Amino acid sequence: MTTSPPAAASPPTADPPPSSVPALEMRGITKRYPGVIANDHIDLDLRRGEIHALLGENGAGKTTLMNVLYGLATPDEGEILLDGKVVDIGGPSDAIARGISMVHQHFMLVPVLSVAENIVLGLETMANRVFLDLGEARRRIRDLAARFGFDIDPDAKVASLSVGQQQRVEILKALYREARILVLDEPTAVLTPQETEEIFVLLRRLAENGRSIVFISHKLYEVLEIADRITVIRRGRVVGERAPKETSEDELAELMVGREVQLTVDRGVSDPGAVTLEVDALRVTDDRGHPAVREVSLQVRAGEILGIAGVAGNGQDELVEAIVGLRSVAGGRVTLKGKDITGASPRHIHDSQVAYVPADRHRFGLILSFPITDNLVLNRYCDAPFARGIIRNDEAVLAEAKDNIAEYDIRTPSATAPVATLSGGNQQKLVVAREFDRDLALLVLDQPTRGLDVGSIEFIHRQVIAKRNAGTAVLLVSAELDEVLEMSDRISVMYRGELVATVDGRTADKNEVGLLMATGGKAKPDAEWTQPIDRGATT
Amino acid sequence: MDQLINGLYGIPVAGLIFQAVGYIVDQLPFLSHAAVAISIPIIFAALCGVVCERSGVVNIGLEGIMLTAAFVGWVVGVVATQFLGHGDPTPLFGFTLPLIIALVSAVAAGMLLSLLHAWLAISVRADQIISGTIINIIALGLTGYLISLISQSSPKGAGSFTPLAIPQNVANLPVVGWLINAVFNQGPIAISAIVLTVVLQILLFRSRWGLRTRSVGEHPKAAETVGIDVVKLRYRNVVAGGALAALGGAYLSMELTNSFQPGMTQGRGFIGLAAMIVGRWTPLGAFGAAVLFGSAQAISSSITFAPPTGSLGDFMNQVPPQLFDALPYLVTIIILAGLIGRSTPPAADGQPYSREAAT
Repeated sequence: MTTSPPAAASPPTADPPPSSVPALEMRGITKRYPGVIANDHIDLDLRRGEIHALLGENGAGKTTLMNVLYGLATPDEGEILLDGKVVDIGGPSDAIARGISMVHQHFMLVPVLSVAENIVLGLETMANRVFLDLGEARRRIRDLAARFGFDIDPDAKVASLSVGQQQRVEILKALYREARILVLDEPTAVLTPQETEEIFVLLRRLAENGRSIVFISHKLYEVLEIADRITVIRRGRVVGERAPKETSEDELAELMVGREVQLTVDRGVSDPGAVTLEVDALRVTDDRGHPAVREVSLQVRAGEILGIAGVAGNGQDELVEAIVGLRSVAGGRVTLKGKDITGASPRHIHDSQVAYVPADRHRFGLILSFPITDNLVLNRYCDAPFARGIIRNDEAVLAEAKDNIAEYDIRTPSATAPVATLSGGNQQKLVVAREFDRDLALLVLDQPTRGLDVGSIEFIHRQVIAKRNAGTAVLLVSAELDEVLEMSDRISVMYRGELVATVDGRTADKNEVGLLMATGGKAKPDAEWTQPIDRGATT
Repeated sequence: MDQLINGLYGIPVAGLIFQAVGYIVDQLPFLSHAAVAISIPIIFAALCGVVCERSGVVNIGLEGIMLTAAFVGWVVGVVATQFLGHGDPTPLFGFTLPLIIALVSAVAAGMLLSLLHAWLAISVRADQIISGTIINIIALGLTGYLISLISQSSPKGAGSFTPLAIPQNVANLPVVGWLINAVFNQGPIAISAIVLTVVLQILLFRSRWGLRTRSVGEHPKAAETVGIDVVKLRYRNVVAGGALAALGGAYLSMELTNSFQPGMTQGRGFIGLAAMIVGRWTPLGAFGAAVLFGSAQAISSSITFAPPTGSLGDFMNQVPPQLFDALPYLVTIIILAGLIGRSTPPAADGQPYSREAAT
């Protein structure tokens, strides 16, 4: 391990090879996991100064391919060439030494350490053989950040930063290591439209600087906006390469999914009935006792979708949890069809025909190590026909599971496979199957399509529209602005625990709502608000 | 800021404790020595816990590691004395050749045993609690059996290290004299506990090793992606922790006494783990908590050993002696119940790491 890092971001190499040789070439990469071929003879090349998008559904093999490049996975076949020379990458330290850096989908930052500590980790600036020189590290980090036009406090704890800032720390980490090739795995998944735009500006600046960028995404419009070239991967194979100018969202979606996809589900017209859910001046605190929801009032009518737009961590989770009875209410009232359900037990609320799809399916929606059968009856296991007295009725449970698997198109080798073995999309379909499969008065959805592929999103959106058309009131919380815009009949924007605006879902303007999400429509931010804790993302 | 506030709260509490301790020490002449004697192994155990758990490995086997080191140190001392004789002890600390050989062997035994734990916990990815329990059971059974065989021939041990002599005028200083006497009128192993605590505190928060250890214990995947060898670092920390625990064992059989009794660690390894938690996984905090636990135990034992005279003695005679025996456990329970909620372990503590595991 080197004791002193190279001077921050000096020119990459003294004598760069001719620019006709690609900076990176991956040839015939094959990676098999038990039962699946994650990468099947994938070829990929990356030119100097190019932003190359890697597009594919979840589970298509994008991340595996990049883990092979970064030395986190060992390929079964194939070779990697850097500047035309075959290299062997045995681990992340090899990759870093060769100028490859990766910004992972789940940030690889240690929350309890400071920004400076996170950035220098592994390539520490040393005062002597034993002790760190964090002062020097701080100076370099400030220099580097200033060069690329942003501002960061090297002493801030990473846990106290917003996700957008954390993303910048990740990119700084790569720049600090003099990355010539930068891989970004789904970098915009957690960002607001404004933050995304800022990252795009930064990426373009880096590319102009001669750095090559692999941009992994499943968001079509983003890829079309940022990439110089797009490679589409489906089920571990390259199925096409396109230039953004010559292609369209529809063509890319079809390549990705392998069939024609309707990107926007037609929400049709709604026919709102009586008020089903009424929330009146609700106050809720977060896990640390700080106010998370402040005097929120809203109404959802039968047969209507109310979308709540907002950057993750603005109190949406707490609002939803208070409504379904998972979090205690500090003040205000929640009424369902005229009956007060404030502070009622989750079981009581569930039995009042309320369904809930939580934001984090791994932690709250499913028991990953349990089989599909058990997960499908988690909310009904003690009722007939799934129980006879205190004895479980395995046949009824299995029959129900088989019905649900067929109806909700859950792709699984068997009805008794552990849920952990399913892909993210199929896991979420399972949650939807369990929650949707009865008559509902109110449907509460918190980030129902987070991290899902186009095909699964389309499926879940259709199910939600069908429920609405059947007269269910739907409360849809999402940090994906597009989802809220496409699905909702009415949209409320949540900002720092308050609903700051409500607009019509069909006429709402994306930029206007995006701006409300980012600023709350106020000139100066509220001093009282504390940064939310990132409760972990799901794939 | 939070730390500062916590620190400020601590000042009046520390003052009260200091006064109370001064009074009790006055009444119970054996107390300060008993407190140090009981605290030292707990300190070493707690330091071992900090070094292991900061890197993400739970090591409850340190009780067994201490016991084994105590046993090996004493037995090697016996054997070495047979071949080399006693030799002339050095004036400072009373080092002799057999004693040094014995101490090195004890530390080596501790490192070897923790290497076993490291292998089970890190490479085999066995449950770390079970692995540690296995070590504890093996150590207790094996040393107990072997000592019963060896002691039939009533062997002669290598003796023990001698304490540093504190000049009488220093020991008689007002207010701090008793403290200096209690802390430094000690053998080399006990004094090293204090030195090691300070050194580890500085290293953990200021050195490269410390930064890497903390990152591996919190988020091993992040550490791996910047090129840190998670497995190697954890091995090194667990083995180094074994050496620390071994010193605690060696203290018992080679400095506090010059003999070995079956099960002589008396659960101090576990109390060390409690001290580590109360000390929030920092060496200094763990040291403070270990001294607190040790003192609680010392009070009960010195009351039993030499009851105080005067009105305090009369009062104490009326209290059932079982209450004093229960005192250390009560203190442990009260402190753990009050603190455990606010004490957050390293995020990846006890979780085996595998590079290609699904994220």
